[in-house]
Parts: sequence; C-alpha cells; structure tokens
Amino acid sequence: MKKIQLLGLGLFILGLLVFSTLPFIGDYRLEADIVSASVKTEHEEAMLRTLRPMYGEVYNSNFRFIADFNTLFEEYNEDLKRRDAWDDVIWDDYAFSITKGATQTGVISRPLLFFSISIGLAVLGGLLYIFPLYKGEPEGIKNDGIYFSSMKSRGLLGIITGTYLILFYVILYWFPEYMTNLVIMVDPLSKALSGAEASQWFLYGLIYTLAILVMGVRMFRKYKGNAYQTIRTVSVMFFQLAFAFLIPEILILLNKPWHDFKNIWPLDYSFFYDYRIEGMISSGALGMFMLVWGIILIVLGVPLLTYFYGKRWYCSWVCGCGGLAETLGDPYRQLSDKSLKAWKIERYMVHGVLVFAVLMTAVTLVNYFMEFGLLGQATDQLHSIYGFAIGSAFAGVIGTGFYPLMGNRVWCRFGCPLAAYLGIVQRFKSRFRITTNGGQCISCGNCSTYCEMGIDVRWYAQRGQNIVRASCVGCGVCSAVCPRGVLKLENAGEAGRINDMPIIIGNKSISVKS
Amino acid sequence: MSKQKIVIIGNGISGITCAREVRKNDASAEILVISGETKYFFSRTALMYIYMGHMQYEHTQPYEDWFWEKNRIELLQAWIEIIDFQHKKLICHNGKTIHYDVLVLATGSKPLMINWPGQQLTGVQGLYSYQDLQLMEKNTAGIQKAVVVGGGLIGIEMAEMLASRDIQVTFLVREADFWDNVLPEEEAKMVSRHILEHGIDLRLNTELEEITGNQNHQVVGVKTKDQESISCEFVGLCIGVTPNIEFLKDTELDTNKGILIDAYFRTNLPDVYAIGDCAEFRKSPNSNRKNIEQVWYTGRMQGETLAYNLTQENPIPYQPGVWFNSAKFFDIEYQTYGNVPAKLPEDMETFYWEDENGKVAIRFNFSKHSEVIQGVNAFGWRLRHEFFDHAINEEWRVDQVMEQLDQASFNPEFYKPFYRRVIQSFNEQHGKQLKPKKTSFIQRLIGSRA
Repeated sequence: MKKIQLLGLGLFILGLLVFSTLPFIGDYRLEADIVSASVKTEHEEAMLRTLRPMYGEVYNSNFRFIADFNTLFEEYNEDLKRRDAWDDVIWDDYAFSITKGATQTGVISRPLLFFSISIGLAVLGGLLYIFPLYKGEPEGIKNDGIYFSSMKSRGLLGIITGTYLILFYVILYWFPEYMTNLVIMVDPLSKALSGAEASQWFLYGLIYTLAILVMGVRMFRKYKGNAYQTIRTVSVMFFQLAFAFLIPEILILLNKPWHDFKNIWPLDYSFFYDYRIEGMISSGALGMFMLVWGIILIVLGVPLLTYFYGKRWYCSWVCGCGGLAETLGDPYRQLSDKSLKAWKIERYMVHGVLVFAVLMTAVTLVNYFMEFGLLGQATDQLHSIYGFAIGSAFAGVIGTGFYPLMGNRVWCRFGCPLAAYLGIVQRFKSRFRITTNGGQCISCGNCSTYCEMGIDVRWYAQRGQNIVRASCVGCGVCSAVCPRGVLKLENAGEAGRINDMPIIIGNKSISVKS
Repeated sequence: MSKQKIVIIGNGISGITCAREVRKNDASAEILVISGETKYFFSRTALMYIYMGHMQYEHTQPYEDWFWEKNRIELLQAWIEIIDFQHKKLICHNGKTIHYDVLVLATGSKPLMINWPGQQLTGVQGLYSYQDLQLMEKNTAGIQKAVVVGGGLIGIEMAEMLASRDIQVTFLVREADFWDNVLPEEEAKMVSRHILEHGIDLRLNTELEEITGNQNHQVVGVKTKDQESISCEFVGLCIGVTPNIEFLKDTELDTNKGILIDAYFRTNLPDVYAIGDCAEFRKSPNSNRKNIEQVWYTGRMQGETLAYNLTQENPIPYQPGVWFNSAKFFDIEYQTYGNVPAKLPEDMETFYWEDENGKVAIRFNFSKHSEVIQGVNAFGWRLRHEFFDHAINEEWRVDQVMEQLDQASFNPEFYKPFYRRVIQSFNEQHGKQLKPKKTSFIQRLIGSRA
C-alpha cells in the first residue's frame, strides 16, 4: 500500500473514532426555558412541572441525563394511565429535542472544528485512500484478493463493520437522544442550507450523501474504462446530492414541505399519509406539483420508463438506497446468497411487503376521504407498525447494517416494495434483458458471484438463455466481470426476449434445447 | 429405451454435459459419473479465479449440490485404476468394482511434460486439475520469484495468477511473440505488449534447458538454452496439455495420443465411447479442425451429441458448426469466429484494424476472389456470436459484414463505437465506398439494437 493511502486510512479511522466518541462527551443541564422551547404549547405546562426536579443539575453524562428524563416522563404518563386520563397522556417523543437543548459541550461553540476532525477527517482520509487506487495499472477488473480480505469476505473486519453499522442505525432510529453532539455539530450547515436547526435526519442525510460521493469516486477508480459503470455512478451521485439532499433543504428554506422529488411510493411509504397530503395541498402551486408529480411517477413514470429501460432506470441510476448500495456497498456485492432457496424466500418477502404497503395505503386513503369516519386514528397504528418494521428495521438496520454480512442489496432484494412493483413490470412488459452471447459461456461463475441481487446469472448464460428476472437492477457488473464477453445489458424489441428453450450456438450435429 | 446403466468417467464439462443431456432424453437410464478429482462438477476454466481471490471453490460449481440427486445423476468420487472391458467392470482405487452397460470415457487432459532435467523438483508443476491448484497454493506460499514456461493460454493464466499475488514472474516463451502459432503477428505482438504492461518479465525466443534445485530437492532456478540462469522459487510448466489416458494404455482400447474414436465417438470396443479432451478422432470432423479438440466448447458439444446418440434410435455423426473460441489475456478479451490461422493462406485476404491505444483490434479474413468472409479475430471488443455464426455459415461477403458492423458489437452500452473508424479504414485499404449505417436519435434514446 502506498504511503499516502496508509495516511488516508489512518485519518479515516481517526475521524471515525472521533465521530464515535463525540456522543459520550460533555455536560447536560436542563432549564425551564429549554423545556418551553422544545415542546408543543399544549404540553408545555405539564412538561415544565414534570421535569422540574432536573432543573439546574449538571449531568456529566447523557446516559444519566436521559435516564432521569425517562423516569420522570414515564412516571407522569403512567400516573395518567392509571387514572384512565388517556387524553392527557403525552405520546410525543421529546427525549431528543430536550436532550439536544440541554447539551453543553465544546461542540456548541466550535461545531465546525468538531465537524472537521470527525466527518471531515473521515472524508479526507477516504479520498486520500481512494485516489491512488489502481494508479498506473491498466484498465480492467480489479477483483484480486477479494476473498482473502477480512473486510470483504465476512471476516472479522466485516463482522465488526456490520455490527458498527447496525448499532449506528439502532441509535439513529430509536435512540437519537444519545447522538445530540453529532447533530449539534452539523447545525451550522443545516442553518446555512435550510435556515433550520439540524435533526438527526439531517445528520444522517449528510453522512449518507458523503458516503455516496466518496465511495462514488472509488467506483470511478475501480471501474476505470467501463463507461457504463462511470456514467451510472455519476447519475446516482447527482440524484443523491441534488434531489435527496440539497433540494429538500432548499424547500424548507422556502417554507415548503421537505420533499424528495425522485422518491416514489411505495418506497416513499408515507406519500399518502394525511399529514403529507395536507402539507402538499397547503403549499400552493409547488405543493400541488409535488402531489401530481408523485402520482405521475407511480402511474406513468414507473411503467413507461421500465418498459423502455428496465427497472435499472430507477434502482441503479436514481434511487438513494440503490445509490448507497452501488457505492458504499460495492465492496460487498459478492456476499449475496445465490441459492434457489434464497430466491424463493426473496419472492415471498418482497411481494409480501408490497402487499402490506398497498393495503396500508389503501386503508389510509379510504380513511382520509371518509374524513376519519371509518377507522378514526387506527391507521396511525398501521403506520407505526410499517414504519418500525419495514421503514426502519428492514430498510435501515438490516438493509445497510447487513452489507458486510449478506451483501449490499438486502433491502432492495427482500424488502423494497417499489423494487417489487418495478420488478413485476420488468418481468412481464419491458424491452430490457441481459442478452447471452451464443455459446461463449465457460460457466466460470464470476457473473453469479458478483451479482448483488443474488441472481444465478450463470444458470442462464451457460444454457444460452437471456436473463429476464424481476429482481435484476441492471448494475451491469455481471457483464463487466465476464471474462468471455457473454453478457450484455440491452433494450430491444420484445420478440425473442424471453427464450425459454434456448439453443446454444455452435453444434451443427443436433439442436440441443436447454 | 430399455433401462441401461451409463457410467461416465470424468466430471468435466464433457462428461457432465453428456450426463445431463442423457437424463433429459431418457428418464429411466441409470447414470453414474465418477471422478477422483472432486465429487461435484466445477468449472475448470475458473480455477485461476480461486487463486486470485475473485471466487471461492464453491462459486465455480455451476449447479447446486441438490441438483444431482434431483436429476438422479449419481456421483462417485473415486479413481478408476483398471477397466475390465471384457466383463464391463471398473475397478476403483479402493478395490471396489462397478458394472456398466455403456461406458463413456471423459477423462480430460493432464499437463504436457517433455522430461526436462529437474522437472521432478519440489516447486515445479503444471496446472490443470483442482489438485494442481492446491499444490500451486502450497508451492507459492510466501515466495517472491517464479518462472512460467510456455506461451499459451495456461502459461499466460498462470503468469496472471502469480502476478495477482505480487510474485515477480519471468515468462519464457519459445516463439517470437506470445502464442504466435495461433495468433497472427499483429495480435500476438499486441498481447506481448500487454504482458509487459503488467510488469511480467517476458522473454521471447527463449527456451528452457533445465531446472535447477538444491540439496533439499527444492527448485532454485532455471537455465535457458542460451545458458542464462534465472533464480526462482517456483516453476510453472505450461507448454500444453495431453490426453489423460495413462491407465488405458496397454489395454485392448485403441489409443494414439488420445482414445481413438469415429465420428460417433465410438472406440474400437463395443459400448465404450470417448469424448472431450481425451478423445482423438481417427478423421478430423472437418478440414479446419484438429483431431483432438481440447476446449470447453467442443467438450460441451461432444457431450451433447453423444448423449443424443445414446438415447435415440438413429445416431448422428459429430458435426461441429462454425469454429469459435475466446480467452482473456490479463485485461484484453479475445474472441474468434471461423478460420483465422496464424499464417495467411494463399487464397485468403485479410483486413486488420487496431485502435491507437493498442488494446482494441479486429481482423477479418475473407476469400481472395469471392470476398466471402472466412473468419474474424477481435481483441478488446466483444462480438455477437449469433451475428458471425450467421455471416460465416451463410457465406456473407465481407462488405455485407462491414455494413452491419454496428450490430455485430457486443460491448456494454456507452462504450466507444469503433465501427465507423473500422469501415473508414477498410475503405481506404481496399478501395471501397462502404457507408456505415446511421442510427436515429430515437433509436439511440431507447437503446434499440434493431
């Protein structure tokens, strides 16, 4: 390894260590004005009273602060529940906002410094490591030693990385009050972009975008000379930075609802939730555009674009989840399970989630148009189950946390309802296929090994059959790693696209049908 | 078909294809595949990727383990030592005997050795089998310098394998350029340049004289015919392969280099057939083909054809179609269709185009007077098999091929299209006025092939 890469690796680890230590430093001190600023007006009086014992006390650890807060808060609610005063019970989660308000650390006075020595250092280190990669080497496939790498073949480093990611997601989704320092650190950036204070979601969006950008540069290095991979990577980098990160923040600045114009229901499962619809309807022409555009994408965009280009137009060119999988996740693509059994499980799961999402949305809409006459607030229950199990646990914790354990497309393959919808179109009505080049396959297995979606590409290639599979996201890596030029992603006429009984070219004696 | 026991010795592509195709055509036949190498079928051509860390052994298995039981193809891992052709019996290394009704010999190849002094030393080996790979793993653990002998496909693969582990490789090639007994000069030179680009110490026109060792019987170097000594800790001998039929010599089975067969894969003995690398046709399938075909694709086709003959009333002779082959030399992919010999025959004309970067090239051979396409070589440019299979079979004129060249490409999307420049160069060299097809904006937008 070159010296500059070692330096980069060192800086990256240092940045990561600072990032991981930051949540544990600092003092926490609650005052009445913080409570007033953090809670809704209707809860102000009750919260002020409940949290009074904490005022003025200096906690030197957020664990103790949050423990005290939780005890007092629960006592208040438990008491109400005992007395059946259900209307007064506070369901809102104030742990994060109050802890953030009470945080007293050096991060507040010098957020940029801390940002630089944590995320900044990690980004710098990552780039220093990535830029010299494969320098001076001829263009070609750079898969040497992947299965000797502890990080990339489920070794100790891979397991540690997976565990770290899983922990990060658990804290992010369910215990963000423990990461207030990290959020405070990005406050200035959030204010500069949207004028608002940062939330844990802004922090997450920022890290997510940086991960795609930095690891996107790695894709340029790794697949140098492969135009398809390069252009595709530019595309996911652009859509993440512009559509998922910058535009939504600018919308906030303009006093409009946060909106990601490239996110499509049912991946964007809350699109038809009443607060989203009301938010859009009450935001003038732009809001109406959001609503109409969102619906056009669902009913026209998906079928039409998938018909012409396959689901890849979204999954490996536009989507944010796909963007992360194709950049940060690329080193782990070979870890997906290729067995027939995995395929069976995949089909039940991904279509199961699609059914769940459609039913939930249907109930939500019916309820909305009946002005909550049918089910009242019961849809909230459904939303919270979906949000917890699918939106957070599946898409986040398992989806990304399991990169180093089960490959980079666990969510897209087993859980994403939009991928399921796109997949149905791709399988039954599309011009996209992976064409197999006659009889040139040598069954080596590179294509199957490096398929992130766990498709046994070789099964088709060796029998001269085109690959038409609902799950294929069209990343193009099977074609790239093929040593014999057997695979080509193509859009072409529907005739001959699905060849169930292919004939392998080359043998004049007989025509063997596979 | 009555229920017969078909025993296949060898689970490579020939034997396994035969077994699978027999099962497709005949639900009742008893099928047993015997191999001492591994229990399950794996892709031999992928062995290099295991060494390079691109894949693990399991990934090279084209079928999951349950496949064989489901298709009632019985597998046995054993070495057959003696065949009693009279009583239709096989005797395994452990003394076990197996009866057969029909025997298919698909025993493959082994590295060709020509008795160099020192070839028995530890650290000297060829590369063909899974065992060879394991040995290579052991022999090259922690070493710095290696010598590879033999400028063919296995030699360059071995050089690439060693280089992937940062082992310094000296590559001894007897010919003036890499594989120039198969490739025309320009192509051979291109690959030679690429080998150098990868930091391999390529020694052309260099022959091995002897391999030297120390008192521990360990290789320490080689000496060339020019009396140059090169120190190394490993020597790969890759001058070619030869049919693996040692255990069949001196039996009633007719053999030459390989097991002698007719166009129906029949040996001189009843109910005994041979296919793949180990088989030698008494008469070559056609004038452009050799008597021993040792590539993956021919093994597959022979397996298919024999399976047909074993399960149908009227057997048919082996009739391979348009020749095709492919390989990858480090990063440069190679495909060939039809007949492109190293030395241009009298009655043939050739057109060769090479990109300025020196890594993309295409060659068309065509008949002198009729201008009918005979064959094509492509480097760094994937071509559509179906296209050239048609063009050569249907005897297209070279002009027709040129005019449709845009559709012949199999490169990934967004790759630089070369066909315009090729046609322009062809026009200049051969005084033609061919015009490349124009694609409309809509066609480009939807990525249409037609």
